Amino acid sequence: MTLNELAEHPGLASLFVLQEEVMDDDNAKDALLEAMRSRLHEMRDSITRGLTSDKKSRTGMVGWNAKTLWESDDKLNAGLLKRVQAYAMAVNEENARMGKIVAAPTAGSAGTLPGALIGVADHLGLSDDALLMPLILSAGIGQIISKSMFIAGSTGGCQAEIGSSAAMAAAAVCELLGGHAKQSVHAATMALMNTIGLVCDPVGGYVEVPCVSRNAFYSVHAVSAAQLALAGLESVIPPDEVVSAMASVGRMLPPELRETGEGGIADTPTGRMIALKMVD
Amino acid sequence: MSLLDVIGPVMVGPSSSHTAGACRLALLARHTLLSPPEQATLRLHGSFAKTGKGHGTHLALVAGLLGFFPDDARIPDAMKLAKNANLNVHIESKDLGDVHPNTVQIELKNSTEHVTVTGSSLGGGLVKVFKVDAFESNFSGSYHTLLIEHEDKPGVIARVARVIADDDVNIATLYCARRKRGGRALMTVEIDRRLAQYALDYLTQVPYIGWMRLLPEVMSGEGAAALEQLALEGNV
Repeated sequence: MTLNELAEHPGLASLFVLQEEVMDDDNAKDALLEAMRSRLHEMRDSITRGLTSDKKSRTGMVGWNAKTLWESDDKLNAGLLKRVQAYAMAVNEENARMGKIVAAPTAGSAGTLPGALIGVADHLGLSDDALLMPLILSAGIGQIISKSMFIAGSTGGCQAEIGSSAAMAAAAVCELLGGHAKQSVHAATMALMNTIGLVCDPVGGYVEVPCVSRNAFYSVHAVSAAQLALAGLESVIPPDEVVSAMASVGRMLPPELRETGEGGIADTPTGRMIALKMVD
Repeated sequence: MSLLDVIGPVMVGPSSSHTAGACRLALLARHTLLSPPEQATLRLHGSFAKTGKGHGTHLALVAGLLGFFPDDARIPDAMKLAKNANLNVHIESKDLGDVHPNTVQIELKNSTEHVTVTGSSLGGGLVKVFKVDAFESNFSGSYHTLLIEHEDKPGVIARVARVIADDDVNIATLYCARRKRGGRALMTVEIDRRLAQYALDYLTQVPYIGWMRLLPEVMSGEGAAALEQLALEGNV
């Protein structure tokens, strides 16, 4: 299945993804839905822990961001924005302190999907049951992207990780809010298109800076993409071509910008000093 | 990549490739031995060498050697637990050539066994082992995996396949490699479910087989429940 094919499916994209995965095996279907339910539960758990903890990560660079934001005044009067950002960072700060999280699709990008999907659901007062099929769709989007490239910062840069997570989240939020297959796929496509080129430059090689705040930003990015798609806006470039473009940019990235901690903000005077301090 | 590979694994952070994947590679290496390892040499390549420490790769690898799955809350304490388990670990950087950036060579010894397993963490927690000792291999940990070292003789592969078929088990992938024509060879067989004990016993009767291991599926087997199951099956 390609993204273009998924977009042409009449009705909900998640049903097509589910059917492709389990065919007509009812046992496999039940097992998959049950496993997804349990992963949704683990995602929620990591959000709850992350919003209430200010324990620093091993390096001391992160650990209090989610809680600080969550408890701060909402000066923008934008509850959804604050919630999505805080949820996303909560997951990634749990990740940074070696807590338990659900990789989606990777650990470094684990906050984007729960931040956007659970954040929007909580904002609107929707139940977890409503999140199950959007979650299946998000997995399907990630699955299709993974056919074009390895989803890892070390092979494709951050765009491969956070771009995939944002695309997955955008499709999930779109379907949660009533988007049909074409809209959901285009939400994913627009999220991906606007992430192309993002490099993986973690300070000291740790999944902390910029990863924690980046999940907050791209969680919001995913919600934005869903909003455009729900209004009927589409990507001019077909979905599969956008994935190919992302994969091609990934191959052009030099090793310094692929998770080696040797380029970008990792290669700033302060970034390098932090890295040196962290050796042993 | 299955849907549960994309939304998953449930894991201890901070990196699916550098932590969860590393843990799984070590877990697979651990199970190529019958008894727990006493001496481990971990040779880290590329991104594993450069940023492994920051990602907890060292902890995750040692945790895997101790038999922990990627969601085990004891991973951060792996070094201390290794000491308690009398596992001596040496970690070094090594250029392993033209391989994936996240690659590790794991050499394990105990009083009777010695094995070297080389594999890569491909992203999102997916892994691929491509070398066992000097033999090329190819398995992902997504299935139960049979490693069968044997002499390169006509009919060995057919006999092994026959035993597996008689247990009504489907072969997902089969990879065969030999050092030289008529020399020692390694068969890597990924199977859709675990073989019954009688089938394993039969396999040991197949002529020309040197050694054989059945490695557990490590992708969905997350956590304590899976470990308990392994212990019940006596699958080490």
